[in-house]
Amino acid sequence: MTTSVLTPEEIIKKGKVVFKKTKLINDVPLSYCPGCGHGVAHRILMEVVEEMGIWEDTIGVAPVGCSVLAYDFMNIDMQQAAHGRAPAVATGIKRVYPEKYVFTYQGDGDLAAIGTAETIHACNRGENIVIIFINNGIYGMTGGQMAPTTLEGMRSSTSPYGRMVQTMGYPIKITEMVAMLPGVAYATRQAVHEAKYVRKAKNAIKKAFENQRDKKGTSIIEIVSNCNSGWKLSPVEANKWLDENMLDYFPLGDIKK
Amino acid sequence: MSKVRGAVVIDTEACKGCNLCVVACPTDVLKLHEHVNLKGYNPAYPANHDACTGCKICALVCPDMCFTVYQYKPEKSA
Ligand SMILES: Cc1ncc(C[n+]2csc(CCOP(=O)(O)OP(=O)(O)O)c2C)c(N)n1
Ligand code: SF4
Ligand code: SF4
Ligand code: SF4
Repeated sequence: MTTSVLTPEEIIKKGKVVFKKTKLINDVPLSYCPGCGHGVAHRILMEVVEEMGIWEDTIGVAPVGCSVLAYDFMNIDMQQAAHGRAPAVATGIKRVYPEKYVFTYQGDGDLAAIGTAETIHACNRGENIVIIFINNGIYGMTGGQMAPTTLEGMRSSTSPYGRMVQTMGYPIKITEMVAMLPGVAYATRQAVHEAKYVRKAKNAIKKAFENQRDKKGTSIIEIVSNCNSGWKLSPVEANKWLDENMLDYFPLGDIKK
Repeated sequence: MSKVRGAVVIDTEACKGCNLCVVACPTDVLKLHEHVNLKGYNPAYPANHDACTGCKICALVCPDMCFTVYQYKPEKSA
């Protein structure tokens, strides 16, 4: 029997690189809290753009929220939009440059609260864009206030006793809502808290960009993510909480394809 | 016996010590260091490096893109 005698240094020398950071993420520290799902979502999005070879033809629109600085992290052309207005800005960009790939990257406060009208009408017009929607059930950047997506009973800084549906309404399933619009080609809900979900989410993003290439209409990819700071949990606990609580109300999978 | 082996290089200064890779690694390779990096986080390091298979799971869950993963597959001897 031969024993495996290679040291890690020898493996690094003799072996193949099976993973390295995409060149479309800049070498700057990400401004996100430790363990925040935004970083994983950024990475798989840029990996898709790199693997499709479309980085010179892709324009992203950053939101207001924790990912307001996405244009500093993604090494492609980007524009920042006023709070919630990313789908309207993306509409303008796509209409001026119909051959470019245009996407928005938005949080749930941005997309499902202040930007509800822009979201619904861009989807209703069937704008040929990709919408990446990070649903962490809270307003992260401003200190963990309740969002339209906050779960029933979930505590936030503005629902300290938990969200009461009698006075605060029900968590909104905006991806299901826009899926019913004929302009929407693809609506799916994904997650990034475990490797198996990360792989699926990346495939979904790829399909969305292929839809845009084939001029199929709007593709929306919701990513159920964490906000461990806002939820007041450690990163590991937050992902566990997400797995045990968020996915019942926000089930993963394709809603329309 | 031909066994797939792996190795990781971690960008210790980019690491925020979130621990997600540590709990995700199926072969318990990773740990958080007791010392902190320049930002004050306890970075991950391959404490049990010989158990690494190069499966990339750590890299897939790391939000700060700290990992480069290598894999070595020995030639199969008949
Ligand atoms: C017009 C306007 N209203 C309010 C704000 C304050 N504001 C900044 S970020 C934010 C919420 C962002 O939450 P979300 O979109 O869920 O993103 P996250 O930070 O959780 O990623 C709010 C209300 C603003 N910047 N502009
Ligand atoms: S506040 Fe929440 S959403 Fe914002 S970076 Fe921190 S964990 Fe992420
Ligand atoms: S590549 Fe796989 S085995 Fe190696 S440290 Fe990462 S998760 Fe663990
Ligand atoms: S997942 Fe990344 S940032 Fe978090 S501890 Fe591991 S290497 Fe550090």
